[in-house]
Amino acid sequence: MSEISVLPLPMRELAEFEEKGTILSWLSSCDHKQIGIMYLLTAVAFFIVGGCEALFMRIQLAIPNNHFLKPETYDQLFTMHGTTMIFLVIVPALLGLSMYLVPLMIGARDVAFPRLNALGFWLLLFGGIFLYTSIFFGNAPDMGWFSYAPLSEKPYSSLPGVDFWALGLFSIGIGTVASGINIIVTILTLRAPGMKMKRLPLFAWMTFVNSFLIVFALPALNAALAMLLIDRGLHARFFTPDAGGSPVMWQHFFWSFGHPEVYIMVLPAFGIISEVVPVFSRQPIFGYGFVAASTVAIALLSFAVWAHHMFAVGLGHSMDIFFALGSMLIAVPTGIKVFNWVFTMWHGAIRYTTAMKFAAAFLIEFTIGGLSGVIFAVVPMDWQLTDTYVIVAHIHYVLFGGTMFALFAGTYYWWPKMTGRLLSERLGTWHFWTTVIGFNATFFVQHMLGFAGMTRRVWTYPDLPHWGLLNMISTVGAFVLAGSTVFLFWNMLWSGKHGRTAGANPWEAWTLEWATSSPPPLYNFAEVPPVHGPRPLWDLEHPDEQDRFLNK
Amino acid sequence: MTEHRVATGDDLLHDKTRLAILLFIASEAIFFACLIAAYVRYASASPLGPNAHTVLDPLKTGFYTACLLSSSITIYLAERAQRLHQAGLSRWLAGTMLLGLVFLYGEMQEYRKLLHENVTVSRNLFGSTYYTLTGFHALHVTVGLVLLGTMLVISIKRKLFKPQQSALTCISYYWHFVDAVWVAVFSVVYLWSAQ
Repeated sequence: MSEISVLPLPMRELAEFEEKGTILSWLSSCDHKQIGIMYLLTAVAFFIVGGCEALFMRIQLAIPNNHFLKPETYDQLFTMHGTTMIFLVIVPALLGLSMYLVPLMIGARDVAFPRLNALGFWLLLFGGIFLYTSIFFGNAPDMGWFSYAPLSEKPYSSLPGVDFWALGLFSIGIGTVASGINIIVTILTLRAPGMKMKRLPLFAWMTFVNSFLIVFALPALNAALAMLLIDRGLHARFFTPDAGGSPVMWQHFFWSFGHPEVYIMVLPAFGIISEVVPVFSRQPIFGYGFVAASTVAIALLSFAVWAHHMFAVGLGHSMDIFFALGSMLIAVPTGIKVFNWVFTMWHGAIRYTTAMKFAAAFLIEFTIGGLSGVIFAVVPMDWQLTDTYVIVAHIHYVLFGGTMFALFAGTYYWWPKMTGRLLSERLGTWHFWTTVIGFNATFFVQHMLGFAGMTRRVWTYPDLPHWGLLNMISTVGAFVLAGSTVFLFWNMLWSGKHGRTAGANPWEAWTLEWATSSPPPLYNFAEVPPVHGPRPLWDLEHPDEQDRFLNK
Repeated sequence: MTEHRVATGDDLLHDKTRLAILLFIASEAIFFACLIAAYVRYASASPLGPNAHTVLDPLKTGFYTACLLSSSITIYLAERAQRLHQAGLSRWLAGTMLLGLVFLYGEMQEYRKLLHENVTVSRNLFGSTYYTLTGFHALHVTVGLVLLGTMLVISIKRKLFKPQQSALTCISYYWHFVDAVWVAVFSVVYLWSAQ
């Protein structure tokens, strides 16, 4: 095999590529980069909506005995906020990045099934829009994002909000499974010559493992949604206790999906960090094999920990102990990763770009969220703290401090690749510090509120000592956090006009997506560089000192 | 255009269509496993009113089960005829569809009988779980019949289209899966009965 593999590319098709760019070309697109960007735009749009919902909740909670919102409105807000942020922001943002980057990283022209890719995206977008149309048909869903039975059943939720929720998620779920299958097959079949699995960029590794989680976890949700819809539409008895049905069954089904879902929302974020940290530390990742293998361990364990969401149900001691141990065990492979990232920075020539700052902050915030997670694995602690603001703080430290910080790092890292222009580092620094301050102000105090006994999902609270002050800090923090995103959007607009031209490889990175122009042409690569190890561009530029330890 | 790595014979890891359909089937298997789990969980709780033991006829359904299972053989023969470029593709496809239709007819008869006895989705937990599980399976059989019908039209109008081997392989994998699900459903619902 020759050193450089030239992909066959008829000139006629090349000419057709140049005609892209109209609205119709986006709507009808099967190109993985356009679909990836549409996923990301969907995530941004829903992020603004979900963020506004959060701000309304924080205004309501700013002072004790507040009557700014009606209780029913508050219920709809927290349900829609949770559902939106999970299914319509974090998942599509990560899928969008995966769809955009994976073919580039492995040296392919597109994903394995470009039309299936488009189907997956449009199912997700349709599901999201469908969910929101519930507002025009009576009410938005108001039973919380995990929709516990029997609250979600007809006698307690007679309005159609729950049906919109279930049908919308059904559509999103099918679309997500389609994307998961697509990514797995793409990585298995379309890798460039020389790109062995042992040389796969870690972001691709994580999305690969993640896609298995998607394929195996989402159907449990879809089965549960089908049963819920049959309960509501045809008066079946699955989750209604009066005829022997079991609400606990719903919890089992939902969380056997829901806990892998948590890792679906965080594994690709680990992948982003595993790309950003080495590039800006100017060192190869410490323990490539451990980072990849610990991901597999997390994925396997994630299917055996779901009932830690259900300790308060009273499942019995043996069940509690099993799931407590599993949940503590999963901290081990996660901890391995944190050490790997820290040791990648150790003695590195660190470049303090905005992407690197967000990655470093991710390590701290995510570790805090991870540690509070281990606390919840201790059953008596869970009994004491479940459904208080400690759990709200925990999930936000993991999903905002973890995944969103990683997504911000990824935005600053890959924006030049997607648009051809660099973001402003000055505005980026403003964005970074306002995010860190706003985020911690919002959520750190919620730990204290939770320990003091404030329960989640209650629309207002009595004027107990310190509660008013802590809630006010949290609300102010939420507005700082909302303001911080203004810097990001401003930065994006600024970059479109004034941003420096990025060139193919502005960060001197090593993976294949940086081998092609920015933004990449529709066919991605005219020719793929030779791949002898996990850092093909390093090998290309340093033919005399190729990675001795990595290239095997 | 998207494929610069040509599939090499029987190597599953390079065959994107077979990989995709197997992953899809794995995902579907979890879906059915959940429905079966719900059935088993509630059958063990022995709900009041009709249950599998009192209203179902394993013998009659056993006949329709045999029809569905033999359709796995006919679709294999269809696939083999296509692979070896022999005659008989359309014939075996039509045979498979016929067996599938007979199965659906049998299921319809059973539903009619049960509804006549007032065993409905809302009657009790047996009704809820039974109709959900068998209904979703029947839906999958119907989807399979649509796929087989499409393939049949393609195989008859050979001048217009060229039947794709990979498409037929996918359909046959899916069809075998639908049969396998029925084996599980039949064993659990008709042959096993909780006290």
